[in-house]
Amino acid sequence: MSVLVVLLIASLSVALIFLGAFLWSVKDRQFDDDYSPPRRILFDDFPESNHLNQP
Amino acid sequence: MQSAHLLSRPSAGSQTEKFYYDNKTVKWFAYAVCVWGIVGMLAGLWAAIALYYPQINLGLPATTFGRMRPVHTNAVIFAFVGNGIFMGVYYSLQRLCKARMFSDTLSKLHFWGWQAIILTGAITLWMGKTSGKEYAELEWPLDIAIAVVWIIFGINLFGTLLKRREKHIYVAIWFYIATWVTVAMLHIVNSIELPVTLWKSYSWYAGVQDALVQWWYGHNAVAFFLTTPYLGLMYYFLPKAANRPIYSYRLSIIHFWALIFIYIWAGPHHLLYTALPDWAQSLGVVFSVMLIAPSWGGMLNGLFTLRGAWDKVKEEPVLKFLVVAITCYGMATFEGPMLSLKNVNAISHFTDWTIAHVHIGALGWNGFLTFGVLYWLVPRLWNTPLYSKKLAGTHFWIGTVGIVLYAVPLYWAGFTQSMMWKSFTESGQLRFQFLETVTHVIPMYITRSIGGALYLSGVFLMVYNLRKTILKGTFVADEAAEAAPLTQAVVTHGKPYWHRVIERRPMQMLVMSLIVVAIGGLIELIPTFLVKSNIPTISSVKPYTPLELHGRDIYVREGCYLCHSQMVRPFRDEVARYGEYSKAGEFVYDHPFQWGSKRTGPDLARVGGKYPDSWHYNHLLDPTSMSPGSIMPSYVWLFDHEIDTVHTYKMIRAMQTLGVPYPDGYAQQANGDLVAQEQRIRASLKADKIGTGPNKEIVALIAYLQRLGKDIRTAPKGQTASAGDGSALMGN
Repeated sequence: MSVLVVLLIASLSVALIFLGAFLWSVKDRQFDDDYSPPRRILFDDFPESNHLNQP
Repeated sequence: MQSAHLLSRPSAGSQTEKFYYDNKTVKWFAYAVCVWGIVGMLAGLWAAIALYYPQINLGLPATTFGRMRPVHTNAVIFAFVGNGIFMGVYYSLQRLCKARMFSDTLSKLHFWGWQAIILTGAITLWMGKTSGKEYAELEWPLDIAIAVVWIIFGINLFGTLLKRREKHIYVAIWFYIATWVTVAMLHIVNSIELPVTLWKSYSWYAGVQDALVQWWYGHNAVAFFLTTPYLGLMYYFLPKAANRPIYSYRLSIIHFWALIFIYIWAGPHHLLYTALPDWAQSLGVVFSVMLIAPSWGGMLNGLFTLRGAWDKVKEEPVLKFLVVAITCYGMATFEGPMLSLKNVNAISHFTDWTIAHVHIGALGWNGFLTFGVLYWLVPRLWNTPLYSKKLAGTHFWIGTVGIVLYAVPLYWAGFTQSMMWKSFTESGQLRFQFLETVTHVIPMYITRSIGGALYLSGVFLMVYNLRKTILKGTFVADEAAEAAPLTQAVVTHGKPYWHRVIERRPMQMLVMSLIVVAIGGLIELIPTFLVKSNIPTISSVKPYTPLELHGRDIYVREGCYLCHSQMVRPFRDEVARYGEYSKAGEFVYDHPFQWGSKRTGPDLARVGGKYPDSWHYNHLLDPTSMSPGSIMPSYVWLFDHEIDTVHTYKMIRAMQTLGVPYPDGYAQQANGDLVAQEQRIRASLKADKIGTGPNKEIVALIAYLQRLGKDIRTAPKGQTASAGDGSALMGN
């Protein structure tokens, strides 16, 4: 079973490194705008308008 | 509120790039969804019928319940839903990122690799090649193949994110990322096994630890394979189909983080009242109950999206399917936490209640969402309206009635079973033989299979409808689109902070998911591995003999654990019916554990020595001869097939590697012991006028069955008393 402990300790240290990345990205502004993203997905990016329309 | 012009398409000019979405991969995955959906559901229907008409196996090993059931679960989960995930991800991810998939070659490898795994998986499961762990039955070569294909999918997923033209990562993509990361981790941790031969391996973990890893995996497979990716699909396809934004984007973000943080802790609720340490059980319960909040937040977010648009739902079959899917998600995620309460679980566990519960999720949430997406997607991919909305409406109603007819009888059956199991006469005797509780629910099993057949016939209608649609449309393999490249740093809401770090964003998402998920998992797992006292040893518990090991392999191969548990819970009725409740220390040599999760037949943890060898011989040849009315199939092939004693050496060596204390050099002499034990059993059979040839599988299986629960009987009293999980014997 000792291999498992090694495995888990390895995962834990990796997780800790990631924790730093997590804190860094919270400071980032991905969540600032909650208005446009949900609306943006409703628009398609067709160069021409010969495609089937929204239902 | 921001101004609406932000939402408009980028103005045509020097800044936009023209590119093409890859629809071909989406198309192939859509075909695969239909094909495997039918295969998987047919296997399910077959298994359902086998529960009241076991002769449906036609006397063949491949078609018995014990082998059809893993084929069914693997096909519907990994083939039907799996391809459904990939279909939805490959379509939506490209559009959400405004970019073609990272690599066409990887897309191809992903598609064909996955289908090859499914096909090989189905064949090997039918052949009885199984690791014996529910929902992770595929043997080690396929486990490796799954990891490889999953990594290919990951490269394609993250590669696309890196070259995206839209800086914001829409909530659906987070769900996809969490899915990828977590499934990778779950699959790898749970699949650590020691290969013995090409198609046989032993789980690295034993007994209670194996059970914990397995259900940590099993629960999270539901969470991160059947739930999160489909929530991602919901957050994309529901707004698209209704042509309105999600009710609350903020809620969807909270839904995501709360869900992945809580889900990972809930696994132990599959092991309540078992030999798992109490603290781990309680932890599982607490987090399971907490899960209601994010789950219902997500459900309401979906349903509220349709506020003011319910007139559309009346006319649009796509929305009908999505609405029922989301409602079923809500029902299943309310029921799940309820079933995790120890007092409810005491009733529901090991019964058909669980089967009903998962099928609300599977048929309603996964199935209906898949159908809704298909009905929406196929007309778009082929650039033509759906062949028949009316037929799709019919499918909807047949499917809905199918779900009701499937689930209601099983809820009834589950509750009935439990009440009958726990029923005592006034003089304190068990009121019912186990067999009576089986035959009593057969009418419910019949109704359930009718519900399942209805549901499946709806799928046939859908395939016909989609086929007709495809025939009249023209497929657009590469759909043209244009968008401004990300490097132009388009300012969308007056905050000019944006810079090139954006390219690293998906990696942050990946690591965030990993931390959140890893912390939950590790905190639960580590103490069990490190604290030896969690698995007290019982000196009288000894490793299996070589013949018993062979018998155990047969037990695993035939999927006995799918109908028989090996876990006596500390309840009055179970102790009265089966014997002393199970202790963690009894399972230290079980690679893999075989606790089971369903009692279609009685528990076998204490079956050793309960009946003579000849009883088992006759029972396995024709179960109804010993138990009239039994729904167990006949295992005639065990009486012809011979065990391969060549493998004994490898099996013992493998067990030694895993820490099972056979004496040094025992592998060489193992076959000697095997023959000696075999001769004893054959002699006892002969005494009952049954003649058997040497090396027959039946003898090995009898040896294993007769061993079950025997060691504990000779244990010193003090050892077993302290060896449990600390819980007192429960009256009920």
